[in-house]
Amino acid sequence: MVDHNQENQVDVREFINGAEAIARAAIDSGCDFFSGYPITPATPILMQMISELPKAGGIAIQAEDEISAIGFCIGAALAGSRVMTATSGPGISLYSENIGLAIMGEVPLVIIDCQRMGPATGGATTVAQGDVQFLRWGTSGGYPIIALSPADVGDCYRLTCRAFALAEQYRVPVFVLTDKDTVLTKATLSQTLITGCNVHERKTYRQKGEFVPYRFENLEDIPVMSPIGGDHVVRFTTSSHDDRGYLSKDPNVVGRMNAHLAAKIVSNIEKIALIDADIQDGADTLFVSYGITSRSMKEAVRIARSHGHRVSALTVYSLWPVPERQIRNALKGIKKVVVAELNLGQYRLEIERLASDEIVVLGLHRVDGELIRPDEFLDRGDLH
Amino acid sequence: MQYINPNTLPFHFCPGCGHGLILDHLNTAFVELGLDHHQVVIVTDIGCSGLADKYFTTNAFHGLHGRSVTYATGIKLADPDLNVIVLMGDGGCGIGGHHLISAARRNIGVTVLVFNNLNYGMTGGQHSVTTPLGAVTTSTSRGNIEYPMNICETVAVNGASFVARSTAFDEKLSELLIKAIRNPGFSLVDIWDLCTAYYVPQNKFSKRELENTLDTLNFERGVVHQEERKECSAAYRESILEQKRLPLFGVQPLKSIYESAITRRIDCMIAGDAGMRIGTAAAAFSQGAIISGLWATQRNDYPVTVRTGYSISEVILSPEEIIFPGVLSPNLMIILFQAGFEKVKSKISDLSYEDILVVNVELLPVETSAKIISMDFRQTGLKREYWALLAVAELLTHLEIYPLEALKEAIGSATFFPQRVLNVIDSSNKVIVNYPGNGGE
Repeated sequence: MVDHNQENQVDVREFINGAEAIARAAIDSGCDFFSGYPITPATPILMQMISELPKAGGIAIQAEDEISAIGFCIGAALAGSRVMTATSGPGISLYSENIGLAIMGEVPLVIIDCQRMGPATGGATTVAQGDVQFLRWGTSGGYPIIALSPADVGDCYRLTCRAFALAEQYRVPVFVLTDKDTVLTKATLSQTLITGCNVHERKTYRQKGEFVPYRFENLEDIPVMSPIGGDHVVRFTTSSHDDRGYLSKDPNVVGRMNAHLAAKIVSNIEKIALIDADIQDGADTLFVSYGITSRSMKEAVRIARSHGHRVSALTVYSLWPVPERQIRNALKGIKKVVVAELNLGQYRLEIERLASDEIVVLGLHRVDGELIRPDEFLDRGDLH
Repeated sequence: MQYINPNTLPFHFCPGCGHGLILDHLNTAFVELGLDHHQVVIVTDIGCSGLADKYFTTNAFHGLHGRSVTYATGIKLADPDLNVIVLMGDGGCGIGGHHLISAARRNIGVTVLVFNNLNYGMTGGQHSVTTPLGAVTTSTSRGNIEYPMNICETVAVNGASFVARSTAFDEKLSELLIKAIRNPGFSLVDIWDLCTAYYVPQNKFSKRELENTLDTLNFERGVVHQEERKECSAAYRESILEQKRLPLFGVQPLKSIYESAITRRIDCMIAGDAGMRIGTAAAAFSQGAIISGLWATQRNDYPVTVRTGYSISEVILSPEEIIFPGVLSPNLMIILFQAGFEKVKSKISDLSYEDILVVNVELLPVETSAKIISMDFRQTGLKREYWALLAVAELLTHLEIYPLEALKEAIGSATFFPQRVLNVIDSSNKVIVNYPGNGGE
C-alpha cells in the first residue's frame, strides 16, 4: 500500500473517454445550450450533454434531425446562449447549409465532428479522418472556419475549451474535429488535465441607442453582439447585408462584408495557431500528423530515436486556418516529409503547397478502419 | 406605437399581392397587444414572405429556406419571455415540413403565419405543397397531379395548440393573429393569398376563386383547432428543476492505493459477444490497474448491431503514460465467446510462447504458441454476463499484474457488477481447468 501520509501529493487520476472530456469542457466553458441528433459515434456526447447540462442550469435537447439541431443552436446563440452541437460526417452534410449561415451571420458556434468512416453512411463504428477538407470547403462561398483536432482525451478537454473561446472571439463556427477512437477510448488522465478552462466571456454592446449589428472599422475587426431580448433591437440575416443587417446588393457594401468574413480569420492565424513541433537537430525527415494518428507518430518517433535515427515530428492541432508559418518553420532543413492521416491524403495537400520543390512529400494513409501503426511510419520514412 | 418603420414603406410586393395586408394586420395585432419591441422577434426565411422582416422595428432573424421554425425554437427555448413570430411561405412548409410537425408536437411557443399563395412566387411560379390539383404552374404546365397539403390539419393532428385559417383579404385577420400570439404554445395561421405575378394569371384566379377553392377542399376558415397543453420551453424547465441539485458528472477520482509489479506495457484483448459485459469487465480491469498506480486505456470495437455480434475490448496497462492506444500485438488475450473468437482468431497465431491466452474451454482446441489458461465457467453457476470479469479475476490471482483486491475495489466503487459476483471471486470455486499449458489441447 502507498503511504497515506503523502496523500496530498498523490496524483489524482480519472478514467474517462473523450465524450466526457468534451462535455466537461463545454460546461466549464459556460455552454448553456446544446442540441444534437443521435449518430454513431458522436451519440455519447449528446447523451452526456442531455444528462449533465441541466444540472448546470442549461438546456440540452434532441432535435428532429441534424438540420434542426444546428438551427436550434443558432437561434439560441442569437438569444445570448453559448452553444454546442455534436455529430459525425453524415450529420455535417446536413449541417452544411447552416454552417454557411453561421459564417455569414457571424454566429459563435462550437461543432464537434466525431469522424467515422465514409463516404456516406460508411462505417458507423469505424475510426477515420476523412472530414478534414470537407469542414474547410463544405459550404457555398468557401469562407474560412476554425477547426481544432485533439490527439487524446486530455486534448478533447483543452481544445473544446479553446473552441468556445475562439467562437466567441471570432464569431465563427469552430469545429473540434475528432474521431471514434478519441471520443470513445477511455484513458487514464491526471485530473489537472480535465479542469481549469480559460473562459472567454462574450463581448456585448453596452451603449444606449441604435445597435448596428455588423459594424466594424477594419476588415479584421469583430462586430460586437447584443442578444435578442436584451437592451437593443437586433437584426440578424444570412443574406448579403450592410452593417445594419439589411439586405444589400451594393458591390461596395457586399464586397467589404465578404472580405471581412475572411480577414477576421486570416489576419488572426497567429493567435489561432496551435501546433506541437518536436524538432530534432540534424533531422532531415519530418513526420506530420494530427488527431489520433499523431499518437502513433509520437510512438514511431520514440522508437526511431531509440534506434539512433534523427527525425522531427509536427502535430497540427489547429488544422484550419492552416498554421503556415509554423509549418514552414518545421520544414526548414527537411528533405522528406511523411504526412500521415486516416484518409487518402487530405492535409497532405496543404503541406505540399507549403513545401519547396526540393522536399519530397509522401503520404501515409489508411482507409480500412484500422489505425496507422508506428512501424508504418518507420517504413515510410526508411527509419529501420 | 407602431411596429412598422414608415421609412421602409411602401411594401415591395407585386401589385394586388396580399402580403402587405397581412403585415398591416400583424402590426395592428402588435399594437393591440402592446408588445415591447425588444421582446418581439420576427423570424423569416426565403421567398416573398422572407422580405417582410425589414419593415418591422422589432428584432429580426432572416434565415435559410424552410428552417425558420428551427431558429425560432432555439430562440424561444433560450429566452421563453420573447414573442417569437415566424413568417413563412407555402414553400417553407414543403422544405421544412418536418420542422412544422415537430414544432407542433413539441408545442413550442412560437406563432407561425403561413403566407400561402399556392406557388413559389420569387423563383418563378413553380408548384408548391399547397398547389391545388390540376392547377397550372410553371413546373406543372399540364396541370398539377399532386394532392395539396392541408397545413392546418397536419399541425393540428400533431399536437399544435392553436390552429386557424384565413385569407389575406379577411378584414378581421388581426383578431385571429392576436389569439394566435396570445396562445402560449405552438400557433399556426394558414393565410391564403393571391400571387398576382404567377398563380393568378396562369389559373385565371381571383379572390372569389380563392374562396371557392377553400370551399371545394372543405378547408374551414377561422379557428380550426385549439387545445390546452404545456408549452415546450416551460415543460422543459419544469422537467429539470430537480436536476440542479445533482452533482455534475459521476466524477470518480482514482488514487493509487495499491501497487503493481509490472515493469513494461501489457497489451490485452478481451474478446466476446455483445451483451456479455465485455466492455464493463475491461473497465473494471482498467480501473483496478489505475488504483494500483498503472496507466490504462480501453478501446472498444463492435459492429453496428446492438445485442448481437462480437464485442472486443483492447486494454493497455503500463507503468508509463500510454501514447499509442491501439493494441499492436497482444501479450494477453482473453477469449470468451464465439463471435469474439472469430473476430480475433488471426491474432491468436501471432501470440508467442511468452504470451498468455485465457480461453473458455468450450472454444478449445486452439492453435497457439502461447501459454493457455483454459477456464470452465459453467462450474461457477454464474450467468455468461459475468464470465469476462471472472476471467480477469482468475488471471489476477495467477499472474502478478496487480492485486486482486484492487479489482474488487474497482468493481465495488463503480457498481459495475452485483455483489454476488464478488462472492464467487472470493469463493473456492475454481474455474481453471488447465494452467499453464503449452500449445493446443
